[in-house]
Parts: sequence; C-alpha cells; structure tokens
Amino acid sequence: MNKRLGFRIFLYVCAFVLFLFVGLPFLWLIVSSVTLQRDLTTLPLVFPPPTFTLQRYTDIFFNPGNAIASAFQGAMVNSLVVAAAVTVLSLAVGALASYTFARLRFPGKKPLLFVLLFTYMIPPIVIVIPLYMLVSNLGLLNTKLTLILLYLSMAVPFVVWVMQSYFASIGRSFEEAARIDGCSRLQTLWHVYLPMALPGLVATGILAFLLSWDEFFFSLIFTSTLDAKTMPVAIAEFSAKNTVDYGMIATGGVIACVPPLVITAIFQKQLVNGMTGGGVKE
Amino acid sequence: MKKNFVPAALAGALISLLVLSGCSPDKSKGPVTLNALFMKQAGYSEEDVTSATKEFEAAHPGTTVNLTFVPYESLEQKITTSAEAGTYDVVLSDGPFTAKFAKAGLVQAVPEIAAADLKDIFPGALDATVYQGKSYGMPWMNDVKYLYYNKKMLKAAGFDAPPKTLDEMVSMAKAIKAKKLVQYPIVWSWSQAEALMCDYTVLSSAFGGAMFDASGKPTLTSEGNKKALAFMVQSIKDGVTNPKSTEYLEDDVGNVFAGGQAAFALNWTYMYNWAKDPAKSKVVDDVGLALVPGTSEVASATVNGGQPLSITKGSKNPVEAWNYILYLTDRSFQKKYSKNSLPIWKSLYTDAEVVANNPEVVAVSKDQYNYINNRPKVPFYSGFSSQMQVKIQEALLGKKPVEVALQEAQTMAEGLAAQN
Amino acid sequence: MPHLLPRHRVGGEGGFAALLLTPTALVIGAVVLMPLVVTFAYSLMNMNLLSDHKGAWVGGANYAGVTTSTWFWASLGRTAYFTAVSLVTETVLGLLIALLLNQKFKGVAFLRSLVILPWAIPTNVSAALWKWIYHPEYGVLNAVLSALGLIPTYQAWLSDPFGAMNMVILADVWKMTPLAAVFFLAALQFVNKAMYEAARIDGAGAFRRFFTITLPFLMPTVLVIVVMRTVEKFKAFDLFYVLTRGGPADGTKVLTYEAFLRGFTNLDYSMAATLAYLIAFLILGLTFVYLKVFKTQAGVQDE
Repeated sequence: MNKRLGFRIFLYVCAFVLFLFVGLPFLWLIVSSVTLQRDLTTLPLVFPPPTFTLQRYTDIFFNPGNAIASAFQGAMVNSLVVAAAVTVLSLAVGALASYTFARLRFPGKKPLLFVLLFTYMIPPIVIVIPLYMLVSNLGLLNTKLTLILLYLSMAVPFVVWVMQSYFASIGRSFEEAARIDGCSRLQTLWHVYLPMALPGLVATGILAFLLSWDEFFFSLIFTSTLDAKTMPVAIAEFSAKNTVDYGMIATGGVIACVPPLVITAIFQKQLVNGMTGGGVKE
Repeated sequence: MKKNFVPAALAGALISLLVLSGCSPDKSKGPVTLNALFMKQAGYSEEDVTSATKEFEAAHPGTTVNLTFVPYESLEQKITTSAEAGTYDVVLSDGPFTAKFAKAGLVQAVPEIAAADLKDIFPGALDATVYQGKSYGMPWMNDVKYLYYNKKMLKAAGFDAPPKTLDEMVSMAKAIKAKKLVQYPIVWSWSQAEALMCDYTVLSSAFGGAMFDASGKPTLTSEGNKKALAFMVQSIKDGVTNPKSTEYLEDDVGNVFAGGQAAFALNWTYMYNWAKDPAKSKVVDDVGLALVPGTSEVASATVNGGQPLSITKGSKNPVEAWNYILYLTDRSFQKKYSKNSLPIWKSLYTDAEVVANNPEVVAVSKDQYNYINNRPKVPFYSGFSSQMQVKIQEALLGKKPVEVALQEAQTMAEGLAAQN
Repeated sequence: MPHLLPRHRVGGEGGFAALLLTPTALVIGAVVLMPLVVTFAYSLMNMNLLSDHKGAWVGGANYAGVTTSTWFWASLGRTAYFTAVSLVTETVLGLLIALLLNQKFKGVAFLRSLVILPWAIPTNVSAALWKWIYHPEYGVLNAVLSALGLIPTYQAWLSDPFGAMNMVILADVWKMTPLAAVFFLAALQFVNKAMYEAARIDGAGAFRRFFTITLPFLMPTVLVIVVMRTVEKFKAFDLFYVLTRGGPADGTKVLTYEAFLRGFTNLDYSMAATLAYLIAFLILGLTFVYLKVFKTQAGVQDE
C-alpha cells in the first residue's frame, strides 16, 4: 500500500512540475499582454501587476485608428488563408505522391524520392535570392499565392516522407482485396488507404499548418503590404528602430496562438493516434 | 554627292533619335508608378510620408507612388533581395549601407545636386551618401547623438554648465559620484551591437583617431583609437561609467536616464521627447541637451545616424524616382515636418518656425551637425562591425588589454580588406 | 505474349505514376528546383557582390576554402552542440512526459491538452517571449530567481557566448518537447499490454520492464523523431534571428545563421550557397548514420 501511495504522490508531483514547466512561460505571455508598459518596467517586478489593461486587445480588434494594431487583423486573416490552403493542398499533393512512392513501381523511383527529400534538407534561407528574382519576373511578388506555393514546397517533401512509410506499412492485402472488387488505383487510394492513414494525415496536416503559420522569413521578404503580409511579420513590426514593445508582441503572440491551439485541441485524438509514422502494423 | 547625303542623313536621324530618347524619357512615357520603401515608427511618421506623397502625386499627374513601410531591422534584407529586381524604386537606406550597396551595384548613382544646395547641407550628412567620389542618394532623415545631462545633479555638485571636454565630463562625474548623487553617473549603450560602434565612432573621432584612412585601409592601432578605447575602459574602472553599459542598447540608456539614474548619457534625438514626457520620465524638468564633449583635438564629435533615400539598381524609372526624392528632401517638406525629424538644410535651422517646433534641440543641433562623423565607409563594414564589436567588448570587459584588442582588430580588418 | 505483359504493366505503372506525381513535381519543380540549381551554381562561382572578380568560375574552391576555415568548424561545433544537447533533452524529456501522461490519474486529460501549448505557439512568438523572459533588467526569470534567493543579482542571461547558447537551447526544448511527447504517447498506445503482465508475473520490476519491453518497442519512434528533429535543428533560423542574432561574440552563430549573414549582410552569395549545400550534405550524412545505427538496433523496415 505504501508503495502505491508513494508512487501516486510521485506521479502528482511530476504532473505538477510538468504543469509549471509548460504553463508558466505561457502565463507570462498572457500577463505581459495585459500589463501596462510602465508596470512591466518597474523594478522590482510586482506580481500580480497593479493594473490590468485590455487596451492592446481592443486596439487590435476595435480601433481602426491605431494603424499598427489594426494591420494585425489583416495579417491574421492572411495567415489563416495561407495556412488553410497549404494544409489542404500539401495533404492532397503529398498523399498522391506518397501513394506513388509506396505502391507503384517505376523507373527512377529511388533517385526521385531522394531528390524530393534532399530539397527538405536545404535551409530555405539560402535559396531566397534566386527565388526572389524568379518570383519577381513572374510578377508574383506580394501575393498569397506565392506564399502558398513556397510553403507547399517546404511542406510536401515532409508530408511525402512521413506518409510514404505510413502507406508502405499498410498491408498489401487490403489493396488486393479492393482491386479484386473492381476498384481502380485511385479508388483504392480514396476508399482504402486514406481512411486507414487518417491519423497520419491529420498529424502531418497539423504539422503542415504549423509550418505555414510559423513561417517568418519568406513572408518578410516576399510580401510588402496587407495584401499578403502574414502574422509573424506583423508581430515583428512591433519592434521599432530603438525600441521593442514587448507588451504588444505578447498581445499579438497570444492572439496568434489561438488558431493552432484550437486545431490541435480539435484533432487531439487523431493527433495522438496518428503520430506513429511508420509504426502501424496489422 | 547625292549618294553620300542619304546615308549621312539617315545616320544623323538615327543618332538624334537615340539622343532624344535618352534625354527626355518622362515626356514620352505614359503613366508612371513608383514603389517606395520606408521605415515604420521613427522620424517622419507614416502619416507624414503618406500625405507628402499625395501632394507629390497631385503635382505630378500621371505618377502614382505605392508606399511600403517595414520595421527598421527588415530594411536591409528587403533592399538586398529586391534591389536587382527593382521591386522598389526608392528605398530608405542607412548610412552604413551606402558603401556596401554602392560597391555591389545595388543602388544607382544619382544626378549631381545643384551647387547652391550642396552648400546648404551639412557636410557630414552629405558624406554618408558618397562612395568613392560618387553620390548614391540624398540625405533625408537626420539623426545624431547628443550629450544629455541631468541639470539637477550637476547643480547639486556645483556645476552650472555642461562639460566641454570628455575629461571634464569624467571629473564632473567623479564629483557627482563622490557626492553620492547617483552611483554611476555616466551610462552608455555599449552592448555588443551596432550601438557600440556608434559610440565608438563618437569617441575615436573625438580623440582624433579614424578607423580607416581615406583609401580604405584600417588604422585601428593609431594613437587616437588607443586613447578612445583606453578612455572607455578607464571610465568603467573609475566607476563613473555604469558597468551594465556593456549590456545596454539605446533603449536601456533611455530607461536609466529618464529614471533619474544617470547624470550623463549619449543618445539619439528620440530620447529628448521621452525624457521630457511626464508619463514616461522622472527627470522632465532636469533634462539638459548639449554638444557631445570633445578633446584637445576637436571641439565635439558625434556619429551620423541619418538615413538617406536611394534609388535601386533595378528601378525602371530612375528619373521620376529622383524627382520624388528631391520632393521629399525639399526644404518645404522638411520644414513642414521638422517636428518629427530635423532637416538636412543648414538654412532651416535659423527659420523661426522650425526653431519654434523644438527650440532646445534645434539650437544644439545647429552646432552639433557641424561635427558629424560617419562610420567607416568600407564595403565590408557589416562584417567589420560585428567583429570589431567583439574586440571592443573584450577590452571593456577586461579580457584583453587595449593594445592587444586593437592589434587583433587591425589584423582582422586587414584580412577583410584584402578579401576583395 | 506472356513475356510482353510484365513490360506493359511496368510501362502502365510508370505513366500512372508520372500522372500522380505531376502536382508534386509542379510544386517543387516550379518553385524550388530552379533556385536550388542556381544556388548550387553560385557555390561554384565567385558570387561575392563586393568582390572585383564577381562572376568568375571557381569550381570547388569555395568548398575547399570553407572546409579549411576555422570559423566553419567553430560554427559546425556550435551547431552540433545545439543539435545534440537539445535533441537528447527533448527526446528524453518527451519520453518521460509520455510515460507520465500514459498513467491514469486525475487531471491527466487536462495535462495532455496543456502539454501541446508550447508547440502550438508560433516560433517567433516563442522566441520573443523567451527574449523577454531573459531580459537583463525586466525579465521575469531574473525576478523569480532573485525573489527565491537563487541568484544574488540580476543576470544578463544572453550576454555570455556559451550561456546564451544554453538559454537558446532551453527556449527550443520548451517549445519542441511536446512534439516528442506526443509521438511517444501515440506509440505507447500500441504497446502489447499482455507482455507487461507476463513480465510482471515473471517478477520483473518497473525499470526492468521499461528497458526490456518499452524501450525497444519505442525505437522506431525514436528514429523518426531523431531524424526529423536533426534536420529541423540544422535548419533552425527564426529562433536565432529573434533571440540572439548569432551573438554574443558568435556564441550562437550556427551554420544556417552564418549562411544568412554571409549572404544577406556581407552580400557574399557564393559563400551562403556553399554553406547551404554543406549543411544539406551534413544532414544527409547524419541521416545515413542514424539509419545504420537504428537498423542494426531494431530491424526497422524502411523505404
């Protein structure tokens, strides 16, 4: 009995430590966003802060006068549009390609897969310069389409890598059964593979969403105005030449956390189930 | 005769066509769209620029200007990636970028400025746009560092006027410290960042030491440089410089000074409004502004933080772009918005309206601008700056003696200069 | 004819495969392939915009020059340190957290949702948050540690080269451990519970059960995490851009940041390109090593 109790206590202590580890920095983010600048810069730091202010949030959502804050709204919308498009498209494109690599035989398969994965290994930073000329010549600067294409090029190799081992581990017997029943290859893909690989698709979809939501540098370089500017760039704009407005950054940060949190919360079950990558056995 | 006449006439016609098409492109072109890249949150506000741009468009029918504003830190990357493609015709650049962009061919040389105008611009500000004798932009936003001092602390220590030399400043600081008015009287922005190079430029110029000579060769082991770095190290050792200065940026200097924790500080124009703002400052009535103290070599020395307007290489409308730049740098624009950023024109500093906007700052600037020094105008300045910051910090933190740090810096700079 | 059939089928599959791969080819090819090729070309030329010999062909000279420069090895060392320490920490912590979250106790469901929080925060928000937490004057880390009496005075956490690297690692571990935890937690769902019972009956203690049953079972997951995270860590940029800009004194100048500086600030495109390809080759090499090590360990079937 003692051992049991000791173990339970140990569990709860660990759980509490985990709670602190995960929660405290995030809590500070929220607190910073509702504390006045002058309270944030008083020493010694007083916690909880003497005044609460929702001014920053109201600025962002309801105040068209504050240019920076209301520009943030536009950037959020752009981010959502781009991320949603990238998620859907990368899964579609990636699923097709993964199926091809996992199930079809054709010449040049291994080298092709290799090239695809190699593009995943280059730091994107470096291809910006020639990429910019290309995009500029195509007249595609400052468009959401460009961002979607760019992020797709980062997400698809990753989706393919994870999904193709996922597909490969799904028993061939399922496919053969479907073929005997008269399904074409595409029908097999749709009716057999995708449902079985759904957790994997959800997991990679979430990763694709986060990649696109996160991405800062390409958005900075390839966009200029609110036509295509995304949220990370908008948050970076809270830094001026000599001053950094941490309160505003925290506010933008809290708002920017909401969509990813909502998505991971909704798909949590599939996320947990889908992360086994190539580990699905019969 | 007839036979020779026709080809000659044809040739003459062709030549005149070529010459004509080169001479007046804007007359024969249709509507022109310019794209301009500016900075957020400093100097002229977005509203200032936007309304001035609308006036420009009204004065030049057929020309539209699209404006983009980015944070200061992103300016360099935006210009670097887009210069060749000419995404923006006009860009707000920065003094230290001129040499680099000029050598790399990312910005175009601009037409000569009228001689009468040239005389009316402070030479130091103008110099920031020149590389190897050619001009690559027009000064637009001005900024220099001033000496800020706390009048109350000085008076309490028995001083009625700000120091004229650096040595005087140190002895005043010692007196203030001895009277226990503040623990560390002087605060600087000596963090490992460009801010350190700005302060170092001030001090090395004050002691008569240039970092590079006219031909671009490093002279970091000169007497002036040794004195400057030794001055910095000694002021920490003497306890008159706040030791946390080695972690401070301009913002931190502002916090310390406006919080009443320093008697002397070097900072840009923006700290003036900050220190005078009752909501943000504890020393509103005690703020003093003066020339940066000099030495026996020079009466004063300060660093140029101004930002010029340049035309990118890929711009398809350089003539219109230059017209736009001339409009923004024109005396009337700069006079109208002088509250937000001080003009580049000497004559405006005696203009009653400009003076009325900010009497104390204008009065000091009028003199201070005669002592502007630019950071080294070498193409490899970026690489040099980041490594030089390390060396200076090593000396400041006591990790290396001054001579050794400077010698290593010299070797480093020679290596960089030789690479190209 | 019988011997014609297989060929037909292969040809048919090839055509179909090509069709299915077209979207991928379009996306990657149209967007990325050309710049990749151009970048590779840059690495074989002198594309230093500040050089008087711009445009000259230099063959392997850039690669030779870089791999014999001390700054490259120093940067590689920092990258290796960053990758190794943060990866090991993330993996071990992730495993422990997964084990914890696999238990049944009050609030475990809430904790499972909470643990995803750091991962969901966008990178540059997280980096800015940690920069704010580490602030030498107003940072909450200083405030808390000082209030608890654990530090004598406020520290400038990001002002020491080595210390700064460790603080960056902390920020990255905080953000990315949830990923490892979720992966492990998922894998743990598939463990054969009967084996545990059998082992317990045989008298094996908790530790023994862990090392002989759980750990080997999780090896494929460990491989996936390690390979994926190594690639990401070598490519990590936003974190360093926001937190330290490669400083202080180059203390956090990892390879990708080095490439960024040389390309964008020093306008030396060939150097940036060379570094980029070297990074890719390094990752490739590491991947092969991982695969070899893990294949012999766990007999994983792959590709």
